[in-house]
Amino acid sequence: MAAPGQDAKFFQRGKIEEFRAELHAAEAKDKKFVKRKIVLKKIVANITMGNDMSPLFTDVVQCLGTPLLEIKKMVYLFLVSYGRSKPDQIHLVIPNFLQDCNDHNPLIRALAIRTMSYIPIPIVTDALNENLRHCLKDRDPYVRKTAAICVAKLYAADPRRAEKGGFVEMLRDLMLDSNATVVANAVAALSEIGDRQDGVIFKLNLATANKLLAALGESSEWGQIYILDSLLRYVPEKHADAEVMAERIIVQLQHANSAVVLTTIKALLYLMNYMENRRLIDYICKKMGPPLVTLLSSGPEVQYVALRNILLIIQRRPAVLKNDVKVFFCKYNDPIYVKLAKLEIMYRLARAENANEVLAELQEYASEVDIDFVRKAVRSVGRLAIKVEDASDACIQALLTLIETKVSYVVQEAIIVIKDIFRRYPGKYEGVIPTLCEHLDALDEPEAKAAMVWILGQFADKIDNADELLDDLLYTFLDESVEVQLALLTAAVKLFIYKSKSDKAKELVFKVLKWATEDVDNPDLRDRGFMYWRLLAINPTVAGEIVLAEKPAITTDSDRMDRGALDQLLLHTGTLGSIYHKNPETFIRNATGKALKDSPALNAHSRAVLVPVARTQLPPTTVNVPGPGPVESHDRADTPPLPDAPLPSKPTPPIPPEASGSAENEGDDDGEADPDDEPRGRTNDDPYSNLDGAFGNYTADEPRPMGAGGRQGDDEDLLF
Amino acid sequence: MISVSVDIRDFAAFFIFNQKGEVLISRLYRTDFKRSIADVFRIQVVSNSDVRSPIITLGSTSFFHVRINSLYVVAVTKNNANAALVFEFCYRFINICKSYFGKIDEESIKNNFVLIYELIDEINDFGYPQNSEIDTLKTYITTESIVSSAIAAEESSKITAQATGATSWRRTDVKYKKNEAFVDVVETVNLSMSAKGTVLRADVDGHIQMRAYLSGTPECKFGLNDKLVIDKSQQGISDAVELDDCRFHQCVRLNDFDATRTISFIPPDGEFELMRYRSTSNVKLPLRVIPTVTEIGTTQVSYAVTVKANFNNKLSATSVVLRIPTPLNTTAVDCQVANGKAKYVPGENVVVWKLARLQGGQECTLNATADLTSTTHRQVWARPPIDVDFQVLMFTSSGLIVRFLKVFEKSNYNSIKWVRYLTKASGSYQIRVLLNAAMDGLCILL
Repeated sequence: MAAPGQDAKFFQRGKIEEFRAELHAAEAKDKKFVKRKIVLKKIVANITMGNDMSPLFTDVVQCLGTPLLEIKKMVYLFLVSYGRSKPDQIHLVIPNFLQDCNDHNPLIRALAIRTMSYIPIPIVTDALNENLRHCLKDRDPYVRKTAAICVAKLYAADPRRAEKGGFVEMLRDLMLDSNATVVANAVAALSEIGDRQDGVIFKLNLATANKLLAALGESSEWGQIYILDSLLRYVPEKHADAEVMAERIIVQLQHANSAVVLTTIKALLYLMNYMENRRLIDYICKKMGPPLVTLLSSGPEVQYVALRNILLIIQRRPAVLKNDVKVFFCKYNDPIYVKLAKLEIMYRLARAENANEVLAELQEYASEVDIDFVRKAVRSVGRLAIKVEDASDACIQALLTLIETKVSYVVQEAIIVIKDIFRRYPGKYEGVIPTLCEHLDALDEPEAKAAMVWILGQFADKIDNADELLDDLLYTFLDESVEVQLALLTAAVKLFIYKSKSDKAKELVFKVLKWATEDVDNPDLRDRGFMYWRLLAINPTVAGEIVLAEKPAITTDSDRMDRGALDQLLLHTGTLGSIYHKNPETFIRNATGKALKDSPALNAHSRAVLVPVARTQLPPTTVNVPGPGPVESHDRADTPPLPDAPLPSKPTPPIPPEASGSAENEGDDDGEADPDDEPRGRTNDDPYSNLDGAFGNYTADEPRPMGAGGRQGDDEDLLF
Repeated sequence: MISVSVDIRDFAAFFIFNQKGEVLISRLYRTDFKRSIADVFRIQVVSNSDVRSPIITLGSTSFFHVRINSLYVVAVTKNNANAALVFEFCYRFINICKSYFGKIDEESIKNNFVLIYELIDEINDFGYPQNSEIDTLKTYITTESIVSSAIAAEESSKITAQATGATSWRRTDVKYKKNEAFVDVVETVNLSMSAKGTVLRADVDGHIQMRAYLSGTPECKFGLNDKLVIDKSQQGISDAVELDDCRFHQCVRLNDFDATRTISFIPPDGEFELMRYRSTSNVKLPLRVIPTVTEIGTTQVSYAVTVKANFNNKLSATSVVLRIPTPLNTTAVDCQVANGKAKYVPGENVVVWKLARLQGGQECTLNATADLTSTTHRQVWARPPIDVDFQVLMFTSSGLIVRFLKVFEKSNYNSIKWVRYLTKASGSYQIRVLLNAAMDGLCILL
């Protein structure tokens, strides 16, 4: 057992000159090299603190002469830190390296090549090349496993050179090594090389894949991960191959290491695409559930990784965990990120049988203190009403109770979802509108305000004082956000259509149309204003039919992600991409995408929805020049000045009527229709567009990579 | 030099920060980062009071962090890293530190920083976690000064064979005078009970901790009264405990378990966690808590909390601590208890009631009255649940029992085995509270 160290006293900033002097002093009289050890410790501490110790290069490497392993390791650490910046002096240590490469002690041989390969400059690499070739065939497995990783380092520094040196072939041979640790590291190194866009292609055939599986049992837990992960490079040609392989790896679900479990699940999900045997697929799904739940007794960080993955897995394989909603109930002291992730899974697993339990939980959460969590809980109550018809009465009751709390953000969330509930169950809950109207003043967020305005307009015929309420809201029209302005515009038009005899309604609609077309810069708002104006002027009856047309039913179908996209995303199970629910190539520079590969064994379902790898390349290290304003598409923003329409007391078409034919725009379009549609507009073929579907456009707490845009400056700092 | 980063699984830099954001350990495994990357973490996480994720991605760079004793253990990557692997590695690192230094905090890190550099280079190469078995590491990474030539070639070959071998977790030359194995079955009960007394969720996280002081290369077989339930609908009738799932230390042969349900293994030397399991059926709840919380006007809340020990009266619960939340505008609480000690902790807005011992079948009650300041508007009070911590020795909530532990070794020695059971709760045994209004008995939601 090691005695506890007492090195904290060395953790102080020091000066180069002092250290140099101390090193020199130590040369004269240094029993057991104690002095040198102390100075080196001080130097390492200063490297840690970020002090540049590189001027001591020549002094420090002198210490390599001492036979103490501890000193050698510190000097090597120094070299790893500064070797790259001293190409002109590094030759001083090459002889030491070479000597160590041939040491009789395998630990020293491994240490030497490991250290050398961390210093990717030609003079070191040249010296390493020949020794690495020997070490890859060393009789000691520890040296071989270290050498395997060295190849990956060499490749990272200079791919062409590593290829020319024949190292990739040697790695391939190591995959058949007798030692499982060596096999696993060879696989890890090859995987890294194979994932490079400029790298050699790394594929596995059945024979090799089976050999790797044979090493699985003897590998360390980390080695198992490298091997299991590499199975995705094997494309089964026959259903039976996939099935046998799945049966071989399924026991790894019982492993204590959560990364082994998740990687096993990744491999199983992948292999299932190539299977046909329904019963086996069902069996695997059943086997996957309990280990996934067990991950929730790990540390909170692993829980979070598990939860984000579970959310994906249950969309693709709904049989998994379908009876387990209770395990996702939040504990009061769960970290907030765990709670938010659980909430989404609870919503996904909710159905008629468990809706009451889920609702009771959601109500409980709505009284907690974290605002994001409370909002999401309230929103989930509404989504539950839409998803499970049997629960809708209870959900509406719950929402009304929540509104009574008068907590501003709770009320606003409730109103946003109630609007959707109205659309889902027409004619059923309009009785609650008066209650909602009492809370008009509490609304200060655009989305909630727009929702309320939509309700006012849509049901203006049922609300006696709709005109007054709307009039009040219009006072601030010009200060509102576009979302609210659009809603107000449409609501005023609806009011006018319902109550065309009312002078008040006429006055309101005219006021709004005039603002929208004259005083507002937003082209969408202006266009919509003109469209309504024209419609009303030409044929108010038709206008009524169009504006109050039957709305398409609202469903929660769009909550589920496209299957092909899911299949692709699940190839990244357990990785960062699975946390953000994004393919890595969409948020990581130079990352390569993955796609299912077609083969005779690929089952028809998976083939039908096959999504090729998106060729999206993140921009190469963009240099961002801080400057004025965003560079918006100038060609559109500068719309020609307003038509010189005189604005008479009655709306008349300001532009020739023939244009009005195209203004149908599928009935209702007051910005709420389907929140999911908005982002989709531009990227219609993007299978990921409804990824955030379950919670509409509420993504305040959605985990996502930051950066881009305004933060680009910082971002660049991270790069090199 | 610019290195192109690619889609590999692991990470490129490893740091430890203290609470102030000072770097205690900094190891850049790859050339695509400068040390200044540490400043980004300091700004984004350490000095940010509202960190809402253990993973933060800025541009293409992602930071993973685990907090422990006001330290941050951080891994940085520019790839689509395997998040589970990164966190497992951080946990492992923390365990290794605990084992080497007895604890992990700023002081122990600073006192051993050179050794830690040595360790992290051993357990991780270029971002790929390597052998991290503590027992093996301790054979060649120590605080003692070693002269490099002093390690005999055979000695180091033994080490390397072990570090890369099929039983990388065990040295071959272990010897004890007295061969003993201690098995601790430790169960953590998680309970979430509604205010009306219905169980929302009750489950057991169990783990079996083993301390093996056995010579040579012992082959162990371990048996429980368990059965694994894959499909809940196929439940049969038997006295066996239903385990929803179990996970094993890497020494356990998973194929054997899958085929015959025997747990067979060659244990690491000393202490290790043999298995973890989870059970959700027939969970026995050792303590029953019945709270009655009544609002008296707007200035007082009265509490009557009864706790009852629901197990054999030969056993007892120890270190029982109930934490009973009070409204945020509480000024003082008058507590009356016949057993244990209760006092109001204003800083946390709870009444803490401690009972050193609670015999099976015993029932105790706390009566308390909280005085509230009258506020013009009510503060939002999240009504946290009552939380109970306790320990009950020789009791398992799941009903799990160790049936046998057999040790086979070629020298055929006799070994003594000890089994202990413990059921406990800490921070996860929760009973929700309803506020009753004294006037009409109506439940109100705050």
